[in-house]
Amino acid sequence: MSKGTLYDKVWDRHKVTTLPNGQDQLFVGLHLIHEVTSPQAFGMLRERDIEVARPDLTLATVDHIVPTADQSRPYGDDAAENMMSELEENVRDAGIEFLDPTSGEQGIVHVVGPEQGLTQPGKTIVCGDSHTSTHGAFGALAFGIGTSQIRDVLATQTIAMEKQKVRKIQVDGELGEGVEAKDIILEIIRRLGTEGGVGYVYEYAGEAIETLDMEGRMSICNMSIEGGARAGYVNPDETTFEWLEETDYFQEHPEKFDELKPYWESISSDADAEYDDVVRIDASELDPVVTWGTTPGQGIGIHDPIPAPEDLADDKVDTARRAQEHMRVEPGETMAGYDIDVAFLGSCTNARLPDLRRAARIVKGRQVADDVRAFVVPGSQRVQRQAEEEGLKDIFEAAGFDWRNAGCSMCLGMNEDQLEGDEACASSSNRNFVGRQGSKDGRTVLMNPRMVAAAAITGEVSDVRDLEEVQVA
Amino acid sequence: MTDATEDIPSVDYVEGTAIPIRGNDIDTDQIIPARFMKVVTFDGLGQFSFFDLRFDDDDNEKDHPMNEERFQDANVMVVNNNFGCGSSREHAPQALMRWGIDAIIGEGFAEIFAGNCLALGIPTVTADHETINALQQWVDDNPDGEIEVDVRAETVTYGGNEINVSVDRAQREALVEGNWDTTALMKANQNAINETADSLPYLESAD
Repeated sequence: MSKGTLYDKVWDRHKVTTLPNGQDQLFVGLHLIHEVTSPQAFGMLRERDIEVARPDLTLATVDHIVPTADQSRPYGDDAAENMMSELEENVRDAGIEFLDPTSGEQGIVHVVGPEQGLTQPGKTIVCGDSHTSTHGAFGALAFGIGTSQIRDVLATQTIAMEKQKVRKIQVDGELGEGVEAKDIILEIIRRLGTEGGVGYVYEYAGEAIETLDMEGRMSICNMSIEGGARAGYVNPDETTFEWLEETDYFQEHPEKFDELKPYWESISSDADAEYDDVVRIDASELDPVVTWGTTPGQGIGIHDPIPAPEDLADDKVDTARRAQEHMRVEPGETMAGYDIDVAFLGSCTNARLPDLRRAARIVKGRQVADDVRAFVVPGSQRVQRQAEEEGLKDIFEAAGFDWRNAGCSMCLGMNEDQLEGDEACASSSNRNFVGRQGSKDGRTVLMNPRMVAAAAITGEVSDVRDLEEVQVA
Repeated sequence: MTDATEDIPSVDYVEGTAIPIRGNDIDTDQIIPARFMKVVTFDGLGQFSFFDLRFDDDDNEKDHPMNEERFQDANVMVVNNNFGCGSSREHAPQALMRWGIDAIIGEGFAEIFAGNCLALGIPTVTADHETINALQQWVDDNPDGEIEVDVRAETVTYGGNEINVSVDRAQREALVEGNWDTTALMKANQNAINETADSLPYLESAD
């Protein structure tokens, strides 16, 4: 059992009691909700005549179904409009703050929580979305939950959980040119497997993590779940505190920043903390990573050969064979040169301001390949606004990218933004599952945002290091 | 829907017939594609289970166990490793439950998926690769064969065999004792909830 880790400390601070089934009841510091997984939970509360316990600790946004082009109401898609109306009614009845598109603060739930200054170290954060692990970047204990658990949280502001093991992932060394946080997490998932984290929480540590900005740390924690770990976190440090201090919330309440900082520092893992497992990775060895298959664990360096299924672990052979058939790739080939039809720059993994800035440096002064449709979907209205002020929108549009409004968009194709037929997509998102981007024959290649920009320009999966960067903002 | 406020049934065991769904890493986007989630209730999701694997673009049936007549009455699903990975959507186990599934036996389950199953009273029990393969083969050969999942005893009985399976401790307790619906259970601890909340620095300093 782990001891003295951030996970142990935050768990203990939030433990209400042990339930008869042996699970712990944990207090939830922040409950984020959105339109897809919450309406059924509100329905269950109505059936039981239970009120929302802590609307003051609940925050709503709309992201999965929101159109990114024409957002005028009613939405063109009746089902989307219906979901939006239902959420509006539920939050109004319960008195929950709602960052709707008219607020100027709407966005993907895992982008807006941090932006609002509500994602803080030492908090427990839950949301009916598996990428809630994102918030662990701040040293919060954050995980995705199902709808029945959303009902529990709405009704009690607590959740029933079993404590898990802690695996420290020590990422040493410096990242090379063109290599990013996204590449680190894709490599971790490739090595440990898509199920390797089941039963574990991941603590990301080491030089390569400590030198990342908060957005990079969010990209890493975001994809913990793709490696099977329901939560992942980084111990808070000065980078974390500086980021938080800049948020509107702490600018308006500087005294709270001073009050809370000692608590934030106290919940970091002790120097002599004990872990259930430790894994080491050398970041300096990494090239940009791209996926060749249909699970996020099927990644390789841009110039590495696609593995032969029979060379993989026994339990991965069939999955790999099916994936290669779907993606139409052969063992021994590299992914460099793989034709793409769509470039998607967006999602809760990689649609924050620094992501867009880095991609813009590749795009500036170049043109999207003729047969590629490329678009940028900022993670939030705030990101969108800042990017427009910095001139990033102009850079992307001049290159032939479509510049959209904030939402989940083509990460999961619940709005109009979907792959068609067997289109191949260079995507900065988190999942390459079959059908994920809206077409069951669609093909997704996951990569970092600069690599998406490079693919958009060349029309094929490319090594971004071959394209000279242009200084922008 | 788990809408009972009292008398939560215990799920000691599940008996019936089985259906094999083969493959590792079957994600929740496969179990229920996102386009079927544009709804505000879980009603009617059963028909969309594994939709893209069951139907082609023209809605013609493809080869899939769920399309086979012999498995139409099955209520126990036998799966491989890392079943239910990916999205946290409870729509996935809701769809399977509404198709008729009461229990799932597999090599391994993604955590959020298993938690969602528990919230619906669906046991997710595990056994090793060889055991699951043999069971899947038996189910293929004996689609009408009776199978019993004993949650309390952690066994599965089929065709004269009794095999040992594992059930997560908390899951077993919750199912067997009938306290897998946690809302009422946790709501009863209001004083302790308040005490914990009062001890948290970030709430003390809240407005």
